[in-house]
Amino acid sequence: MEWETVIGLEVHVQLATKSKIFSGSSTAFGAEPNTQASAVDLALPGTLPVPNEQAFRYATMFGLAIDADICKRSVFERKNYFYPDLPKGYQTTQLDAPIVGAGVVEITLKDGSKKNIRIHHAHLEEDAGKSLHEDYHGMSGIDLNRAGTPLIEVVSEPDMRNAEEAVEFAKTLHSIVTSLGICDGEMSQGSMRFDVNISVRPKGQSEFGTRTETKNLNSFRFMEQAIALEVERQIDVLEEGGEIVQETRLYDGDKHVARSMRSKEEANDYRYFPCPDLLPVVLTDEYIEEVRAQMPELPAARKERFISEFSLSDYDAGILSADAGLASLFETSANISGDAKLSANWVMGEFSARLNADDVSAANAPISGEALGQLVLRVKDNTVSSSGAKKVFEKLWSQEGSDVDQIIDAEGLKQVSDTGALEAMVDEVLAGMADQIAQYKAADDKKRKKLMGSFMGPLMKASKGQGNPKLFNEILAKKLND
Amino acid sequence: MSISPDDIQKIARLSRLQIEDDKVEKLSGDINNILGLVDQLQQADTSNVAPMAHPLDAVQTLRADQVTETNQRDKYQRVAPATEDGLFLVPKVIE
Repeated sequence: MEWETVIGLEVHVQLATKSKIFSGSSTAFGAEPNTQASAVDLALPGTLPVPNEQAFRYATMFGLAIDADICKRSVFERKNYFYPDLPKGYQTTQLDAPIVGAGVVEITLKDGSKKNIRIHHAHLEEDAGKSLHEDYHGMSGIDLNRAGTPLIEVVSEPDMRNAEEAVEFAKTLHSIVTSLGICDGEMSQGSMRFDVNISVRPKGQSEFGTRTETKNLNSFRFMEQAIALEVERQIDVLEEGGEIVQETRLYDGDKHVARSMRSKEEANDYRYFPCPDLLPVVLTDEYIEEVRAQMPELPAARKERFISEFSLSDYDAGILSADAGLASLFETSANISGDAKLSANWVMGEFSARLNADDVSAANAPISGEALGQLVLRVKDNTVSSSGAKKVFEKLWSQEGSDVDQIIDAEGLKQVSDTGALEAMVDEVLAGMADQIAQYKAADDKKRKKLMGSFMGPLMKASKGQGNPKLFNEILAKKLND
Repeated sequence: MSISPDDIQKIARLSRLQIEDDKVEKLSGDINNILGLVDQLQQADTSNVAPMAHPLDAVQTLRADQVTETNQRDKYQRVAPATEDGLFLVPKVIE
């Protein structure tokens, strides 16, 4: 039987506010345990929440970016469940009147086709703390620094039909929230976390199959692997005549296995009710219009601009516009060097390779767009060869230097482009290579091209690697073909 | 709507409350009395009334996004039964 996969996503996006959603505690990542947990975050008796305006602004920006209605009177509910990293015994969240209503996100697939993924809604809520289950004498350790960090939970419709669409949707969302500046997008720090609802059904059937939810995936790669694994499992179960049980599953990316979190039915009895500690939050039309007027450029618009302004290909523009950090690097470099294509090649080549290797985001890269632009400029004006430029890049990346021209001088990477000096070197080298010259002259055009290389080695050596290879080539060709 | 002794035990478990078996009967009676009042309220026609989220006819004041809290961990942890490495320790909860 042919099966069709149906996927819906719930995405938790940590908002990049300085302070928490209901308290004045810092949200900075990586602090000592519990040093950013105030009386409100700890749920000490007598404390009351006071909502952070910025969280509403960010949620509104997201809503406007996906063309959704903004709820002008949003209400908070309590979602009750017991877990030690949730000190209040409930999560303050939104159920009946979420801030962002239905919207749509357009994704572009590898074959170039486009598809709309509908967003059911997005609501504001608080994050929980962290439980550490390493051995503390048979106990669990609780760090509440993250408790109260503002989140928007984005809930999609079940509009995706395979892992590629789901991953592309996740990447597009990442691109939107980082471009808006409402989330730092640091997946390794949990700034975006994905819950994937998966079901399968016989192709052509209109009803959905029973779904499972794989929770808390924090990388695109793990998401893709977890979907493949779960789809395979469900098809196996169904083809053997079994039934899918609605359950929550956990995927372990390092071992590539998933397991069922024993379905505690009662744990899902959340007993929602309106939070008596919080009044309805009213956003006026003026407020929403003010936010709209300050919206930064979105990835789709930026892509179009990169194509028209810098004559980039659709492919290059797509990659460079998706990540706000990468886009800014490229644009700064292109403007400083005056060479968009070369800047694009550097950003997508050397730069991206190092970002991946060191697992850092473009926004946190050790090389600024200014420095990269300076380097590209020096490649363009022939001050350094491309191999010399790579050495400069390494020095910049390892922060052994910050000024491109200084590094070029200090490392002796300045390329010799003085044709008189280069010609003298060519004459000198050729004087000792009579055999090769004879061989060259006897060869046909195709062979000649290959033989050219045997002269380049000695030439680069004679110039201590500083001769401009392009000029060497030109001079050589002229001398040999005369 | 009425609530059974089993419902009482379930709600108690969800709320992490321990209720003695001999109290369950009385409690379900009490709660059923309250639910009786709710039933009476539900007879009112509310088809033209928007659901009320809060009894006060006011809207929420928001605060500016500023860090105003400082690290008071030592003070807060003085009242905790067990701590280590800055963490609060609780009975093991892994699923």
